[in-house]
Amino acid sequence: MTGRQRDRLRSWLLGLWGVGAIAYLFIPVAIIVLFSFNDNKGRFNFTWQGFTLDHWKEPFADPALQTALQNSVSIALVSTLIATALGTFMALALVRYGFRGRSAADFFIFLPLATPEVVLGAALLGLFLTMNVSTGYATIVIAHVMFTISYVVVTVKARLEGMDRHIEEAAMDLGATEWGTFVRVTLPLIAPGIAAAALLAAAISIDDYVITTFNAGQTQTFPLYIFGSARQGVPPQVNVLATMLLAIVLLLMALNVVWQRRRARRDVRRTGDEPVGSMALAEATARG
Amino acid sequence: MLRLSLRRRRALLPYLFLGPGLLWLVVFYLIPLANQANVSLQTGDPELGYTFTWHFQTYVDAIKQYDTQFIRSIEYAAVATILCLVIGFPLAYFIAYKAGRFKNLMLLLVVLPFFVSYVLRTVAWQLILTDDGWLADRMRDVGLLSEDGRLLATTGAVIAGITYNFLPFMTLPLYVSLEKIDRRLIEAATDLYASHATAFRKVTLPLAVPGIFAGSLLTFIPATGDFVNAALLGTPNQYMIGNVIQSKFLNILDYPTAAALSFILMTFILIGIFLYARVLGTRNLTEAAL
Repeated sequence: MTGRQRDRLRSWLLGLWGVGAIAYLFIPVAIIVLFSFNDNKGRFNFTWQGFTLDHWKEPFADPALQTALQNSVSIALVSTLIATALGTFMALALVRYGFRGRSAADFFIFLPLATPEVVLGAALLGLFLTMNVSTGYATIVIAHVMFTISYVVVTVKARLEGMDRHIEEAAMDLGATEWGTFVRVTLPLIAPGIAAAALLAAAISIDDYVITTFNAGQTQTFPLYIFGSARQGVPPQVNVLATMLLAIVLLLMALNVVWQRRRARRDVRRTGDEPVGSMALAEATARG
Repeated sequence: MLRLSLRRRRALLPYLFLGPGLLWLVVFYLIPLANQANVSLQTGDPELGYTFTWHFQTYVDAIKQYDTQFIRSIEYAAVATILCLVIGFPLAYFIAYKAGRFKNLMLLLVVLPFFVSYVLRTVAWQLILTDDGWLADRMRDVGLLSEDGRLLATTGAVIAGITYNFLPFMTLPLYVSLEKIDRRLIEAATDLYASHATAFRKVTLPLAVPGIFAGSLLTFIPATGDFVNAALLGTPNQYMIGNVIQSKFLNILDYPTAAALSFILMTFILIGIFLYARVLGTRNLTEAAL
């Protein structure tokens, strides 16, 4: 075998392995989507029994499922809002200011990421029990904010660190106030980072089982409902809703790609090869 | 209103920004852990309540009674981490160097499972591995599985589930660290007559070490504490320490033991992280966490 043939063989094997690994990741997802169309008889949705659209016609056949999903979505929205607001300011403080205790704060914020979820959930429940707080919707929100803050901080920090500080300095040199610079230059520039952080926080919140199961009390969420129904058979409506969520996410991602491409093209047309940052600066100074 | 000079105000600003979030973490993360430490030293029973008695014996008893589950958790997590590395490294390598225009598509496929509920994906594995399922039947046909052999409710099923659920956590940091490598270094090695294997071993692999460490930790930590896979794909014979903590806390209401167990678990993991931080610095880890 020549060297070139060996190279090609290596690439082939690597590709095969890659496709196999992707298949491993993909198969359960495909099964979930497939079984949302299963015409299952009885409670169990374990074996393929034929194609039907019935479950898609009434995805909320079980009112408990509807409540669970509504709770999940509303908890994700509320906790994301709080965690993103708190986390963004923390990231700003950590990147933009030198102060005593910064590295300690940095390490402290990292700790929840390194704590196993079962410990986070159990410890928080312990506090609620000691304080005689009854668990439910509010305690789930509290828990979700607690463990998503660190993700928000890390994400926004990365964006801030990659940002050119000269743009802000230039805005201030050109007479913008500190607040004006923040609103018109800094915020638009880190907006993609904040959006990514919010999406991440929402995704983690809506999917969480472990921490939620400790702090939910009688409140049901989507993952709790699925786990609870796993023993008697998960109803196919769950598959329908999961497939819908997946489709929505994919659609949003596709739209984002299209939007970014279009914006990149527009930016090039308007200002030649100017980077986006200087656009924000130009707008900020133009408005005074 | 308090009038402060601009300098004082600027000096206070970071604390103002940091304050609310930090307060949240102190009240709902740090204080619960301290409270948990307190609970772990209490004695009593679920009906009459528990009182603080400096009862360190709970820790000793907990380790003695649940050493099997502790060792099992570490075993399962370690095997799953190694499997993730074996599956994930070639995958990350392929995406970083060979995927060409399919790179973004493949990355999307790696993160795609995240958009389907974690519990539901694990339930889907139940479906795949079930006794009269397609996979079990085919394996019986070719003689890989005996007539009464099972795929579900076995150690293999639990480890496969954990491996599956944490594979993206391994693959993404590996991809990031491989992607960052300056290709010219590898070219230089081959130009200087190193074989592909030698260039890989002496250039690519050492430069990918941060990704390997980060991915391993991001897989190992959640895997040791996991109980969803063992609960859905295993039997009590496969239960991990997470299952014990959960049932002690939510069903048996033996809070001191549950608290002691979670402290022991956390100590294990913190030791791992400190070792990691000593080797590579926490910066790499938080970066890789993305």
